[in-house]
Parts: sequence; C-alpha cells; structure tokens
Amino acid sequence: MNSRTADGRQLLEVDNVTLRFGGLVALDEVNFAMRTGEILGLIGPNGAGKTTCFNVMTGMYRPTAGTVRFQGRPLIGRKRHEITRSGIARTFQNVRLFPEMTALENVMVGADIRDRTSVLGALFRVPRYWREERASRAKAMEMMEFVGIADRAGEVSRNLPYGVQRRLEIARALATDPALLCLDEPAAGFNPSEKAALLQLIRAIRDRGVTVLLIEHDMRLVMEVTDHIVVLEFGKKIAEGSPAEVREDPRVIAAYLGVPTDAA
Amino acid sequence: MHFHSLFQNFGELTVTGLAQGAIYALFALGYTMVYGVLRLINFAHSEVFMVGTFAAVLTWGLFGLDQDSATPSVGAVLLLLLAGFLAAALAAGIMALIVEMVAYRPLRRRNAPPLVFLITAIGASTVISEAVGIGTHRNVSSVPPLIRPSTVVQIGNTSVTNIQILIVGLALVMMVVLDLFIGKTRLGRGVRAVAQDPDSAALMGVNKNRVISLVFLTGGLMAGIAAVMYLLKIGGTRYDAGFHLGIKAFTAAVLGGIGNLRGALLGGLALGLAENYGSGLFGTQWRDVVAFVLLVVILLFRPTGILGESMGRARA
Repeated sequence: MNSRTADGRQLLEVDNVTLRFGGLVALDEVNFAMRTGEILGLIGPNGAGKTTCFNVMTGMYRPTAGTVRFQGRPLIGRKRHEITRSGIARTFQNVRLFPEMTALENVMVGADIRDRTSVLGALFRVPRYWREERASRAKAMEMMEFVGIADRAGEVSRNLPYGVQRRLEIARALATDPALLCLDEPAAGFNPSEKAALLQLIRAIRDRGVTVLLIEHDMRLVMEVTDHIVVLEFGKKIAEGSPAEVREDPRVIAAYLGVPTDAA
Repeated sequence: MHFHSLFQNFGELTVTGLAQGAIYALFALGYTMVYGVLRLINFAHSEVFMVGTFAAVLTWGLFGLDQDSATPSVGAVLLLLLAGFLAAALAAGIMALIVEMVAYRPLRRRNAPPLVFLITAIGASTVISEAVGIGTHRNVSSVPPLIRPSTVVQIGNTSVTNIQILIVGLALVMMVVLDLFIGKTRLGRGVRAVAQDPDSAALMGVNKNRVISLVFLTGGLMAGIAAVMYLLKIGGTRYDAGFHLGIKAFTAAVLGGIGNLRGALLGGLALGLAENYGSGLFGTQWRDVVAFVLLVVILLFRPTGILGESMGRARA
C-alpha cells in the first residue's frame, strides 16, 4: 500500500486524542486528518498544544486516550525509531543536530535508516556494507543539495550558522524518506528573505511527494503555504478549514487577540 | 627519592609502563563507550575482563596445555594465541551483552533513576566474580608457557621483550580499528548519534537498544583482548583479577576524558607510565599512590580529563 502516490487519501488520522500530565490537560479530544500530498498548518497561541501534538504523533508521548493512525495503521505503542521507519520524520522547535558530527554525517544518520546490514552482517557481508555506505552518502549529498547547503557538507554542525542548521535539520529528516514531514516552527528566528526561501523549500518538499505538517507562528507564511489549517487553543481544536476560512473565523480571531470566546 | 634509579632505569620503566598502559587502555574502552552512550559506569566491566581471562585459559586447556607443558612450536603458539584471543574476546563480549540485557535493559524500560543502575552494576559485578570464585575454588589458574619473554630489541641498557611488543602493537592496532569503526561506518555513526542526542537519534530511525548492545559487545571484545595480554604478562588469573585492574582502567578512562575513545588510549598510557616512573622514583609500594595523585592533579586542572568528554570528539 503506497498512499503517497494515491493523492487525496487519508495519510494520518488523529482521532479523539487526549493527553493529561497529572491534572493538566495538554490535549483534549483533538481530531483531525491529513490527506496525502497536502500541506497542513497546525497553529494556535503559545501553549496551545501544537508541539505536544507533534510529540504524540512521533511517539515521544503516549496519549491518555484516543488513537493516531498512519497509513491506516495505529501508531500508538510503537517505538520511536519504528515510527520513523514507517515514514514520519520531524524537525525540532530548537534545532537538535548531532553537534560534533559534520553536516554530511548528520544527514547520513537519517539516510542510514534504509540499510539492513546487522552487526554480524557487517563482518560477513563487507561488500554489501560498503555499498550501503556509499548509497547513504549519495542520498545525504542529494538532500543537502536539495535544501541548498551542499557546500557546507564537511563542516562540524555546531559551527554552522543558525539558518544553515535549520536547513540541515530538514535535510536530515528528508533523508529518512518520509511520507510525512513534520516541521516545528521552521521559520523561528528567520528574516523576511529567509522566510521567503523557506516557503519555496516547503513547496518543493511537497512537490517531491512528501506530505507536510507545519507548526508555525508566522501567520503570513502559514496562510500562504498551507492547504488546510487546524487551530488549537488550550489543547482543544477550536477551528479547522482552508486558510481563508480560518482567517475569518471569529473563534480564531478571539484566540489570537485574547478576546473571551463567549464575547466573540 | 631515588632519582638515580629513575634515570638509570628510565627506558626500562617507559617500556613496562607503555605495556601496562596499553592493557589499561583496551580495558578502559568498555567503561568509556558505555558511559558515552548511557552516562552509566558499568562496574561489572571488570568481571567481563575476568571472564575473558578464564575463557583463554580454558581454551588452552582444551588443547591439552597447562602451566607444566613445554613451550609448543612457533606455528602452534601462533594458533594457540589466536584461539586464546578469539575465545577471550568472544566470551567477554557475550558476558558484556548478558550484563546489559539482564542487569540494565529491564531498568531502562522502567525508567529507573541513575543510582539504581549503579547499585545494579555493583551487584552484577559481585555475582559474576563470586560465581567464578566458587567454580574455581578461588584458586589461581596458570597459563601454559606460550611465549617465553625474550629480549628482541636492546637500546642502551633498555631491553624490549617480545611480549611487550605484542601487547603495545596489538593494542594500537585495535585502537585504530575501533576508531575507524566509530568514526567512519554506519554502525559507528549510530553510536555517535545516540551519544550526542538520544532523542533525535531515535527520531532519525536509530534503534537505541541495538546501539547499546553494540557498545557493550565492542567494549567486551576489547576487554577480552586485554585479558589475554594480561595473561601473557602476568602468567595467571583468579576470580578477582578484574577488580584491581578494573579500578585502574576506570581511572585511565576518567584521566583521558570519559566518553572519549582516544582519551582512553591516552589515559591508559599516561597511567601506565606514571605508575612505573612513580615506582622508580619512590619505590614500588608507592606505585598506586603516584597513579591516583596524578589523577587528582589532572582533574583539578582539567575536570573533564585530558581530551574532554564527548564521544563525538573521539573522531577525527
């Protein structure tokens, strides 16, 4: 089953997901679905539960109730590396690279996902091991070219400028060959021209056939690039629709301007 | 203080120090790699080493050799050495894997606090050494005379024996192989990824438990090789052979910068040299005092050890 090519099919379904930390309700019966090939925006004021929602989807948190299905199969309870291998990749709100590795090596860690040779296999099947090593390197280089930082491949990642690190993180996530890429505030700290370049990159990623889930504070970017938007506030979904619909929704305006919901 | 004796025997002390230090270095790799990935001091690593020594002695026993045997022919010695190294490395590697699966993995699954791991490590160490102690009636098992120490190089009044060359040479080869493995291969990349950021490693599809198993296995293999070197140098082993040497190897790891592979080599050699110069200067009974004073002084000025901590920095 390859739903990536089957445009319009449901790729990910978040179904009545609730997550409590002690008495705090971080997510409260959140429902939404993503279609293959779309760019979905997940927005909301600070603390609305956007990143928490990401963390449930990528297996970092286990929800108190509800289910998440990816390509029709339940995700909850699977190990994080298995979820990644099944086709969900992500970047972090605060860049989290492997600081002492070169940029290329960072991306190769993502590309290594498809390699099959085990520890013992590496001892007995040396030629295949090196073939996979070369394939990882080629894949990593391709991804670095795609995000436009191939010239920084040999530099240790902690020494790279912030904008390059952000792109590097995207390249690393893409190297895992995801069906769904989750970007957590990729434009944070970017100037307008960097944001414009990012917008182009997100579209190019979608054009590769990767479905994109975008958490972003910059409304202009979100409105411009997404096909569909889900709005969270205090862990609840308060609105959903096209950018035009969401922009006009009184509850969304209230949430962002701080007007009490019942007064809106 | 015997400055005269130090200068007189400087070459000799250097050579024995390097040979001793090479054993510490290989032994220290297990501590440093596990720490780099898990931030855990695996105190049972000393017993992994000890199991390696017995595996080699038993293997030689299977060939019908004991301490009273005559020295076999050169070809037979090479085969026996190979068999001994393989058996010790394999036994120690498997022992290390068992320790990880039985003692640590269940605790990780339950998110136990770090102190619990420490107590478990001490417990696992005691269980293994006591089990071997009971099994061997706490006797010394001696090694057949595979290599008679003989001087192969003579510089001035410094003589270098065949065993010393074998130990230092093999240790350096193993260090280079391991360094390339961690620095240049996919499996090594996985190890560094988990050491530098376990969460993002998992989200990039790295199987953390596989990496941890690999680290314990590799550390065990290296300890097994160190175990045979120790046998060739000392001539025998006992159920508690790992204890004192384990403390020294752990010291070497901290001295070089725990979590850092090249640090283990540097720390091991520095410790071996310091011990021997110390004994030359103050007398043999001061050997350990000198070693630990060195540790304290270096950590005062470089709290993260000579090369610093990160597994990532262990690569070129």
